[in-house]
Amino acid sequence: MKKLLTAALLFTIISLQGVFGFAADAATISVSQFVEHPALDAVLLGFQDYLKEKGIEVKYNIHNAQANMGTATQIAQQMIGEKADLLVAIATPSAQTCVQSLSKAPAYLKRPLLFTAVTDPVAAGLVKDLQQPDPGITGVSDLLPIEEHIKMVLSYKSGIKKLGLLYNAGEANSKATIASIKALRDKLGFETVEATASKTADVYQATKSLVGRVDAIFIPTDNTIISALESVIKVGVQNKLPIFAADVDSVKRGAVAAMGFDYYKHGYQTGAIAERILKGEKPETIPVQFQEDLQLHINAKYSEQMGVTPPEALLKKATKVYQ
Amino acid sequence: MTLYAALGAIEQGLVYGIMVIGVYLTFRILDFPDLTVDGSLPLGAAISAVAITSGINPFLSLLFALAGGFMAGMVTAFLNTKFKILHLLASILTMIALYSINIRIMSGPNVALLGVDTVFDSVTRLGVPSHYAGLIIFGGFALLVLFFIIWFLSTELGQAVLATGDNPQMIRSLGVNTGTIIILGVGLSNGLVALSGALVAQNQGAADVGMGIGTIVAGLASVIIGETVFGCRTMGRAFTAALLGSIVYRLAIALALGLEFGTFRFNPSDLNLITALLVIGALITPNLKKRLIQR
Repeated sequence: MKKLLTAALLFTIISLQGVFGFAADAATISVSQFVEHPALDAVLLGFQDYLKEKGIEVKYNIHNAQANMGTATQIAQQMIGEKADLLVAIATPSAQTCVQSLSKAPAYLKRPLLFTAVTDPVAAGLVKDLQQPDPGITGVSDLLPIEEHIKMVLSYKSGIKKLGLLYNAGEANSKATIASIKALRDKLGFETVEATASKTADVYQATKSLVGRVDAIFIPTDNTIISALESVIKVGVQNKLPIFAADVDSVKRGAVAAMGFDYYKHGYQTGAIAERILKGEKPETIPVQFQEDLQLHINAKYSEQMGVTPPEALLKKATKVYQ
Repeated sequence: MTLYAALGAIEQGLVYGIMVIGVYLTFRILDFPDLTVDGSLPLGAAISAVAITSGINPFLSLLFALAGGFMAGMVTAFLNTKFKILHLLASILTMIALYSINIRIMSGPNVALLGVDTVFDSVTRLGVPSHYAGLIIFGGFALLVLFFIIWFLSTELGQAVLATGDNPQMIRSLGVNTGTIIILGVGLSNGLVALSGALVAQNQGAADVGMGIGTIVAGLASVIIGETVFGCRTMGRAFTAALLGSIVYRLAIALALGLEFGTFRFNPSDLNLITALLVIGALITPNLKKRLIQR
């Protein structure tokens, strides 16, 4: 009995030390971001702000692959060598390289991985089951409720029968979104016309190819098109063709309306999971999360310029209206 | 730079080194600036990834990738030699066509290879820790390619390739069809690039249509670093230098990733700038050394 008590006491002391030890020095977090991009930058900022607000002291090692897959692989290896308490991967390619490098790392270097801004974690091979992620891995998906979104677009202006879809066929995220939009065609009664651009320089021309063939244009969360959004807006204004986007950040830049979420909040939500993992929860016990907090942003000024008046019902629902 | 990151950089240097050997063959030996590589690297990755996910042996998939890259290179050389399209333009045309072709091969922009059997599993099954498997496989393949190319250039056919680059008029007068030799050489070069892409994809866990961007930049940088730092007096030395140049280039990136002075740290977005500066440093050091010794 005495031995048992001593053992229990010893165990308590050791585990308490563990807790205090953690509180005493800052946690380190290594971040791999795939590319500089307003939405992805916002994710990182939201993530850091959450942890700051909670008073969690963190030392960051932040890396950016500048859109190069080879560099992303090297970053993953660099991060494993940094022996941080938590690895964070922003966007699909970064997450894939981190998962692969972690699977090859020796056991003593393995660290929990948190992915964010990934549309389809299962198709990307990151986890097999969203509810029970693979050991050491969990994250937040930025999958959009696409049906609600398309319904909003169709109700914005009467007579939208042909919807132009503008995207880069080389982006996995866009391909997933486009497939789910096309699956809705019969149900909601509209047709689609697609135009693709493989780099930002081709976006203007691709947009022009849709003029006269469609009643409105919808842009998914596509890195290439969003980078050259201004050229799309210009074509929309010139031809009175309303441009809809899938991310609310684009509304400020001139898209008529978008339903979606703030990527800052996406990062904020990711931060909350990071807090749980740093406090000792096992990642595999945290199901992959989706963004709950949906917003509607409307740009009234550009709506007029593109020849549409925002419907009253939507204006009432909107979280933000740009005049 | 942590030890783990350094090992990772050497690993990347070896696998991209296979690509650099291919680039050296066109750029220096054949005097044929070839931009097809930006498309043939992801082509190899795509072929290998699709083959593996449909149940084909990962080693066999490398052969398919090699063949696919060979054909892509042949198209470029064919456009150049038979239709007299300028080599730069011919290779650009093949490269942009490959972008669409790669998406078709993968029926999408990205094929995940996480959790499937790759060439690395054959080594880890022998009991090698998985973080050394990459070094062993890539080192093995890089050396194999290096010895093959040096042997090939010593054969009669290889000598014809060398002469086609050096003095096409002379070799034509000996009755060799330089067009055929160029098609063979550019094909071989792109075959190696595709092989490198296939190995890269198996290592990073995904084939992605965007992974070829910047291949030629890395390839040329590595070739020049190799020549400047390690010299190129003999054929064997030149190709070895190309491979080593690739490792130096990747080490520069790894160094840039972990660079900090006390509490000062660079912005993550400065990565490409720092990499460029480090490479410049590597390039001018031999020159400076020579000047100092002369004084």
